[in-house]
Amino acid sequence: MKVKVIVTLKNGVLDPQGKAIQQTLNGMTFDNVSEVRQGKYFDIEVNESDESKAKSQVEEMCKKLLANLVIEDYKIL
Amino acid sequence: MKSSVIIFPGSNCDRDMDVALKKFGFENQMVWHNDAKIPKSDLIVLPGGFSYGDYLRCGSIAGKSRIIKSVMDFANSGGLVLGICNGFQILTETGLLPGILQQNKYLNFICKNVFVKIKNKENKYFKKIKKEVLELHIAHNEGNYFCSNDELKSIEDNGQIAVTYCDSKGNDNEKNNPNGALKNIAGIFNKNKNILGMMPHPERMIDPFLSGEDGSLFFKNLIESL
Repeated sequence: MKVKVIVTLKNGVLDPQGKAIQQTLNGMTFDNVSEVRQGKYFDIEVNESDESKAKSQVEEMCKKLLANLVIEDYKIL
Repeated sequence: MKSSVIIFPGSNCDRDMDVALKKFGFENQMVWHNDAKIPKSDLIVLPGGFSYGDYLRCGSIAGKSRIIKSVMDFANSGGLVLGICNGFQILTETGLLPGILQQNKYLNFICKNVFVKIKNKENKYFKKIKKEVLELHIAHNEGNYFCSNDELKSIEDNGQIAVTYCDSKGNDNEKNNPNGALKNIAGIFNKNKNILGMMPHPERMIDPFLSGEDGSLFFKNLIESL
C-alpha cells in the first residue's frame, strides 16, 4: 500500500526558503501572504497490505531517516 | 600515526585531506564507504563535499552507510573522529554530535576565509596551538548550526563549543557571524572531546604560497597530541 508523509520544520525554527518565497509572493501582488513554511512530501510504496503495520513501519522510517527530529516534525497522512 | 579518510559518493575534499595528513606525518589510508571495517587507525576523518548530492538533508544518507557502524564503534570507544564541513553534517546526522547544520541564514553559498576563535584547548585537537584565533576557509550552503535551548545549555556547560566565528581579534559577536549559526558556533565536540565536527577546512590552509598556514598548526598539533 501507499503511505504519504509530510515533513515540516518545527514551529519556531527559522525557514529562510519559506521567507524568501513569502517575500516573492508579496512582490507578485499576493500581498496578503503573511507567512510561508516549506516542507517535504514523500509517497512511499510499502509491500504490506495491513494498513496499521505499514504505517508503523513508515513511522520508524520517519524517526530514523526521513525527518531530523532536532528541527523537523512528520505527519503520516 | 595512522589515519583513515572515508570516501562517500560525492566527497570532494578527501584528497586534500589525504595530502594534509601525509604532509604532517600521518600514514593515511583511504577507506570506501561501503567497506564493513576500518583498518587500524588512530584518527578517522569524514571529509568535506556533497555526499549523495546532499539529498534529503546534508549528510543524512551518508550517515546510514555501511562503514558508519564501525566509525560509531571507534568513536564510542574513545577514538578520535574528525568531521570537516560535510563530515560535520554527517556526524550530527548519526547523532555522534548534537544539533544540526541548517541552510545559511541568507540563503547564499559562502566561500571565503574566516577567523575562528578556539574556545576550548583541553583536548587533543587544539591542546598545543599557541594562537587563540585561526584563519581558515569555509565553503558551504548549510553551515548554520542549530540545536534546542536545552541542548545548547548542555553544550556550553560541558565545554563542547570548539570554535566560533570571529574577527581577526577574536570578537565572536553577531557581526562576525557568516551564516546565522547559533552563538557563532563553527565547530563542536562530543562530551568526551574525542569527536570534533567543524565547518572550516584546515586542510585548505597548509601552504604559505597558496593560502595561509593556520591549518598547518592544526595538523601539527594533532600528530603531536596523539
